[in-house]
Amino acid sequence: MNALKRIAGILWIIAGPLAIYYLARTAISEINKKPVIDTKIQWAVFVIVFIPIAIGIIIFGFYAIKGEYDHLPGSSAEITD
Amino acid sequence: MKFGSCFLYLKSMNQPANEVQSIRKIITASSVGTLIEWYDFYIFGSLATVIASQFFPKTNPTAALLSTLATFAAGFIVRPFGALVFGRLGDLIGRKYTFLLTLIIMGSSTFAIGLVPGYQTIGFAAPIIVLILRLLQGLALGGEYGGAATYVAEHAPPNRRGFFTSWIQTTATLGLFLSLGIILITRHSLDADRVKSIAKFNEWGWRIPFLVSIFLVIVSVYIRLRMKESPLYAKLKTEGKTSANPLKESFMRRSNLKMVLLALFGATMGQGVVWYTGQFYAQSFIENICKVDFEQSRTILIWAILFATPFFVVFGNWSDKIGRKWIMLTGMLLAVITYRPLFGKLFSIADEKNKTEVLDKKQINTAIKPIVSSENSLRTIGTKHLYDDGTLVTETKTDTVYADAGKTTLKPDIKVSKLLPGKNYWLMVAIVFVMILYVTMVYGPIAAFLVELFPTKIRYTSMSLPYHIGNGIFGGLTPFIALLLTTIYTGDKLIGLYYSMIVAGLCFLIGVLYLRNTIDRDVND
Repeated sequence: MNALKRIAGILWIIAGPLAIYYLARTAISEINKKPVIDTKIQWAVFVIVFIPIAIGIIIFGFYAIKGEYDHLPGSSAEITD
Repeated sequence: MKFGSCFLYLKSMNQPANEVQSIRKIITASSVGTLIEWYDFYIFGSLATVIASQFFPKTNPTAALLSTLATFAAGFIVRPFGALVFGRLGDLIGRKYTFLLTLIIMGSSTFAIGLVPGYQTIGFAAPIIVLILRLLQGLALGGEYGGAATYVAEHAPPNRRGFFTSWIQTTATLGLFLSLGIILITRHSLDADRVKSIAKFNEWGWRIPFLVSIFLVIVSVYIRLRMKESPLYAKLKTEGKTSANPLKESFMRRSNLKMVLLALFGATMGQGVVWYTGQFYAQSFIENICKVDFEQSRTILIWAILFATPFFVVFGNWSDKIGRKWIMLTGMLLAVITYRPLFGKLFSIADEKNKTEVLDKKQINTAIKPIVSSENSLRTIGTKHLYDDGTLVTETKTDTVYADAGKTTLKPDIKVSKLLPGKNYWLMVAIVFVMILYVTMVYGPIAAFLVELFPTKIRYTSMSLPYHIGNGIFGGLTPFIALLLTTIYTGDKLIGLYYSMIVAGLCFLIGVLYLRNTIDRDVND
């Protein structure tokens, strides 16, 4: 199971940039189609909000590859860093 | 399980009478306040159209811009910030005063929205004030939930944490229920004539649900003031072990950050989309895609909520016995598998193509009203079609009849409203009930799950952020993204569901792989 968790980490790392690319591409295309202020704000909000989340999933994938999720802490005593 | 019977159950477990009474008070005080906060937050959304006409006239581009900001910023950007601001405060000064503060901010902002004069009276100040108040609402909501859930969980006995916190979990749905109910009652109580009553509601009556909030908040503040600090937090404070920098400890420490990320990607993002799809998008789909009558679309949701709400407690209670993980993940999986057929059924119930029109019952009414200070007139053609199953479809076409005979309206305004007969109506209630049942599965155990994931000294901060990103951003954006998808890919009426299905599916996979199903009995660390 731990091996699978680590391998899946690669998927999460790839998912981040893919999501950013798809989001940015759709935002540009939609704003070009309808260049009004509502569309611009709407897509600006989506991009601003989802980019940090996409970075979050990259970090999550990185932790998974490093084996951070092989064992989850059972108490605060295990939070040592 | 009913609220009263749960305490009978506790008594039967030989819990001391004063302990039972104390837990009852804690749950009531926390839940009522949280319910009011959700009510306050939802009335703005439920009255968005009326508010827009009062404060954000479409004819003025700056006001329209502020409207968009109010919709997006408050619900989606500000909530996680509220989680950070008040979460930090809750870990620094305590749960009790922090979630008292969020309640006061939310209540006074809501009340103030009800008092702000319209755009016609004070011009640009109106939309700006409303935007600021809406941002304050979002901030307060971001701080409330984590406090209430933490407070109840830190009072609960270890083997009953899921059950006790599930009462907090009912509040979001009940807040929506209360907001819809008060709006519908107010809409019909302002005049004996229904049409006049609705007109008065749109003119000034919409303020009533906002103003009513202040009485609810005063009662709730009074109750919360009498509460004591969470025993676990009070113990930490006495021992001088509270965190000096909760934000740093929550998000800069690898060992805690990894749990925050796991909570977000393995639980709350799926929970958020299932929550918003089952309630908000379902109602919006019934009203805007199925074209069901305004009130029927809301009462369908009200009935479904009423029948499904007890299941928050059922699944919360069950999670104390079998663990949180699989209940939440089953809810997500069922959502992914069944959303398309369920929404497809909703659409086919209202679709005239599946019905036969009773042609001799067709009625056409035309009304022409002169337009003031113009030679033109406004023509309204109302056509009523009755179908064999009892569905009544009203099509209202409005256009301008120009004095110049050669000129015609390029695109007449056409509105369709379907009134469903009893059988179809209750079938829709049953389908929405199933979707809210999924909500209760993913949402009922999640407070206990989040509480158990983080240590006491940074619990408020650590659990609030993933919750509000999952619920506020992933969930809150569901109706908008779903609508956007239907405008981009116009061929499929159910295309909007793919957003929820993909997010819930991804969350399910991550949850299956990385979450553990053990119940952390000791959260006193």
